[in-house]
Amino acid sequence: MELEVPFNESGVDPYGLSRAHLAQSMTLLKLAYRHYFKVEVHGMENVPARGRAMIVGNHSGGFALDAGCVIASTFFEMNPPRLAQGMAEKFIAKFPIAAMWATRAGQLTGLPENAARLLEDDRLLMVFPEGARGTAKLYKERYSLVNFGTGFMRLALRTRSPIVPMAFLGGGEAVPTVFNAVSLGKLLGVPYIPVTPWLFAIPLPVQLDVYYGEPIQFEGDGSEEDDVVNGYVEQVKERIAAMLEVGRRRRKGEA
Amino acid sequence: MRVLIPGISGMIGQGVALLLRDEGHEVYGIDRRPWPDAPKGIEIFEVDLRKRAAEDVFRKIRPQVVVHMATVTHLLEKSDERYRINLGGTRAVVEHAKKYGVEHVIFVGRHTYYGAAPDSPLYHTEDEPPMGLASFPELADLVASDLYAGSALWRHREFATSVLRLCYTLGPAGHGTLGTFVRGPRVPTILGHDPLFQFMHELDVARAIAVTVEKRPVGVFNVAGPQPVPLSIIIKETGRTAVALPEFVFSAALGRFGLPRLPAGALQHIKYPITIDASAFRKATGFVHDIDELRTMHDYREAFPVVSR
Repeated sequence: MELEVPFNESGVDPYGLSRAHLAQSMTLLKLAYRHYFKVEVHGMENVPARGRAMIVGNHSGGFALDAGCVIASTFFEMNPPRLAQGMAEKFIAKFPIAAMWATRAGQLTGLPENAARLLEDDRLLMVFPEGARGTAKLYKERYSLVNFGTGFMRLALRTRSPIVPMAFLGGGEAVPTVFNAVSLGKLLGVPYIPVTPWLFAIPLPVQLDVYYGEPIQFEGDGSEEDDVVNGYVEQVKERIAAMLEVGRRRRKGEA
Repeated sequence: MRVLIPGISGMIGQGVALLLRDEGHEVYGIDRRPWPDAPKGIEIFEVDLRKRAAEDVFRKIRPQVVVHMATVTHLLEKSDERYRINLGGTRAVVEHAKKYGVEHVIFVGRHTYYGAAPDSPLYHTEDEPPMGLASFPELADLVASDLYAGSALWRHREFATSVLRLCYTLGPAGHGTLGTFVRGPRVPTILGHDPLFQFMHELDVARAIAVTVEKRPVGVFNVAGPQPVPLSIIIKETGRTAVALPEFVFSAALGRFGLPRLPAGALQHIKYPITIDASAFRKATGFVHDIDELRTMHDYREAFPVVSR
């Protein structure tokens, strides 16, 4: 079945997602997803087939392997396929070519206005509340979670979007960051450059696991006190931490 | 109704005038430029809006509605001169409207008010401030006119005010920023950038303004039609060829090789999109565009075919 996106006659949707660019990127992504890495997806049925939803997950690995796996899994494992649309780091928008491809493949600049609009249009949004601090985790921190922002929760409340918790494992093994070169990154206009034992952040073909948990619908309108919102965020974080723990044991062969 | 259109001789001004006349309104115009084959029933006063003679027109006609379209938008005019024309003209409209009992004033502005930047959201809403001035100070007069016109909403309750922020215009007349930009057989673009452009057929633009006269919505409104499309598709569907240049080459080539001399800030507009959310206007007036994006581009191509050698 076809992707349910309102493309116009030129094959472009109102956000600049292009059928042709998407097809090309998906071909590449499929190679990585099916043949280079060994990806196992658990709980795919927890991602709603239609309507707005927010996949909220942890970052793992020096760059967006996690996002790639979420996009590939919702696209290749669901029928009809769904496109998970991420909120790209703002620095990407400044880079020619990269910015263009991100937009054409449905990955918009990470702005609250863009996120709200996609949800109100009943799209599937992908959010990593750890932000760039999350991708900057070192190898030894690979199963940990850093602080979650609260913006995603207020957005979910305001747009009445269910949250699908997601846990991603294996990114730390694929890109075992030993050091983040922050100054070099600044020089190149990115937050940092992950450095691995073999210097470059070329990922190893390891096993990657994606876990989707049951959707959670929080009640509210987004104007709640910080205490309340933080409590909701904590619930999501706990669900992700629990899935990470299950996944970690499975990977070690304990369960 | 008696409708006065400052800036009537422009392409959109003419379209609005004809639509309103066909709907049975009495249409008058003010413009420094002539409208040589103006149809019967439309009276044009060839005066400068900022001069005394324009006030005489207000006094004599006593218009009920004023559609202010006498703004210079192209960047080739010197900035200080543009500033005086655009703000001086808008001020004259506001003052005469108050003095001569006008019921409804429509200010026709541009969506470039919002500015283009890597971190600006898609689909701007009317409550957003103008964020583009820092990178493109040459737009200051348009932004100032927009905000000054908007201040009439609370300053002059005696007349209804509609401030329109129109997306780009495209169509067989070929006027406007976008129509001029893609006129040549080869259109320069910046390598690695392909922003969304939101445009509307010139007939729909005229209709949207005519609907504003009829429905009299009060407030500031974005006006747009079909969904935006990437610049590359506009170039392709209008039968042109894109020439992608690295940004530093592009900047260096401006003003040479037949490329226009543009201020540096203008490059932002071919690197990043400006898209607007026009749902408030649709809700207030019921306006829906007639002509979709593909036909608009094809109409332009037919009017300006690229002759192959």
